[in-house]
Amino acid sequence: MNAARRVLPVDDAPLLEAERLALKVGERWLCCEFSLSLAAGECLVLLGPNGAGKTTLLHTLAGLREPTVGEVRIGGLPYAAWPALEAARFRGLLAQQQPDLFAASVLETVLVGRHPHLGRWGWEGPQDVAIARAALESVGLAGFEQRDVQTLSGGERQRVAIATLLTQAPRLFLLDEPLNHLDLHHQIAALDLFQRLVREDGAGRGSVLVLHDINLAARYADHIILLDGRGGVMAGDRDAVLRADLLSQAFGHPLRRIEHAGRAVFLPD
Amino acid sequence: MRCRRSPPAIAAVLLSAAAVALLWALVAGDLPVGATDVVAALVGGDGMGATVIRELRLPRALAAFACGGLLATAGALMQVLLRNPLADPYILGISGGAAVGALGAMVLGAAMFWVDVSAFAGALAAMLLVFGLAHGDGSWTQTRLLLTGVIVAAGCGAAVSLMLALAPDTRVMSMLFWMMGDASAASRPWPALAVLALALVAVMPFARDLNVLARGELTARALGVRVGHLRVALYVLASLLTATAVTLVGSVGFVGLVVPHLVRLALGNDQRVLIPAAALAGGTLLTLADTAARTVMAPQQLPVGVLTALIGVPVFLFLLSRSPRGTP
Repeated sequence: MNAARRVLPVDDAPLLEAERLALKVGERWLCCEFSLSLAAGECLVLLGPNGAGKTTLLHTLAGLREPTVGEVRIGGLPYAAWPALEAARFRGLLAQQQPDLFAASVLETVLVGRHPHLGRWGWEGPQDVAIARAALESVGLAGFEQRDVQTLSGGERQRVAIATLLTQAPRLFLLDEPLNHLDLHHQIAALDLFQRLVREDGAGRGSVLVLHDINLAARYADHIILLDGRGGVMAGDRDAVLRADLLSQAFGHPLRRIEHAGRAVFLPD
Repeated sequence: MRCRRSPPAIAAVLLSAAAVALLWALVAGDLPVGATDVVAALVGGDGMGATVIRELRLPRALAAFACGGLLATAGALMQVLLRNPLADPYILGISGGAAVGALGAMVLGAAMFWVDVSAFAGALAAMLLVFGLAHGDGSWTQTRLLLTGVIVAAGCGAAVSLMLALAPDTRVMSMLFWMMGDASAASRPWPALAVLALALVAVMPFARDLNVLARGELTARALGVRVGHLRVALYVLASLLTATAVTLVGSVGFVGLVVPHLVRLALGNDQRVLIPAAALAGGTLLTLADTAARTVMAPQQLPVGVLTALIGVPVFLFLLSRSPRGTP
């Protein structure tokens, strides 16, 4: 253990905490002060209408944006206390858009995720390649290693991005609309995959997802943060937030809650 | 990132090509020389052939090599910085600033030394102007940087045209040669070679960061890359490389845009391979082009910039048409 790896993260600290967090973009408050805490094994879903600030909030939770008010901590320490590469081994972000401007093979694209695990002069070794191949296999892209990313479909590119995040192997997954471009089968497969990783005993992982589908949120979330687009925030356990009246108000469209096979389903009126 | 061929093999091929190109540059020309003259020149021997090689051909060949390497490296860095495959070293107005400086000095009839000083100062002024304007409000988007650079380059272009129109006829020819790129007057290649070597040493530890940056700014920051610092460093480095090259041989076109693409088509987009390979390939291409420029129509000397385009365009189109990867 060298000195640089000393105390990170603090033992037993929650994976992610936000304390009295408030965000303002320009003159508009996206969310008023609220706090949250995410423990290992838990999944948090951010819901809200277009432009409500879900992505801004996620980027703030990822430490890529300073909160207007309050503090974000991962592993018990604020981002300022984390060296960038150590933070990158602890939390990973799936960005909403994947630029593929230059030709590159799927395997080399996915191997980019190993960056924080390699030293300044390090090259990816057989072990890193094995991790990348396993990640590709887990998103159903085994055999795509030598394909050019620019020739892939939108859904395949999204799965390459997910595989890149898995190759990064963080403990905290921050996923911005992970279901973009995915068909129904791959949507469920992706959510099942992250649920399996997060629930795995002793792995100490957690996830924060920006989703648009209320019913998938109801199926996978432990906690929900609902932004109403006017600065209001409802944060809490799934069943406390997923109420027809709150959702109808936030999304500006009446919703009806239906119980089906022990699960709550929300249908637009 | 994995390369399709092993880095040592690539290095061996490119180094051999560079050696062949330099050797050809030493033996080609009006005065026939043999291998003994080349050896004599390199070890400091006497004789007509050795002197011609040591005093004329070697400095010129090394200058061309250094400039090709500088431009190709700068082009590769600019393409990563701007995340734009069409970026070249001149896109942000560096060469425009250098041209304004150099041609301004030529109009005034300054000596060659002051033309060089003025060209370098012009390039630095353009670099600072573009950086200051694009960075003005603290944000730094590729689009803003690109637009600022393109506008500054356009302004420099207008100033250059104005000077060409107003200059006395006797000086217009040398001004045009400067614009097209001309290595005939380059006699001091060592500073440029040193800049190239230092730049490669400085960039290689960060080459994997550049791979990550190509995945987008957000993803790069989430992967622990200090994107803000990296982009400023990239900008300054690419600008300095361009300024050095342009000061030495003028605005040789094409090398900085096409060599990175040729290397990318052949070897993939891993910057750890791409950047040093582009430096070697760019140097080799410009050495070949410059040797051709002074021999094919001897004693008439052609501007080397014309030759780089004449060699590079068909090669590039050929590689593009047979590329399995589809796009560069």
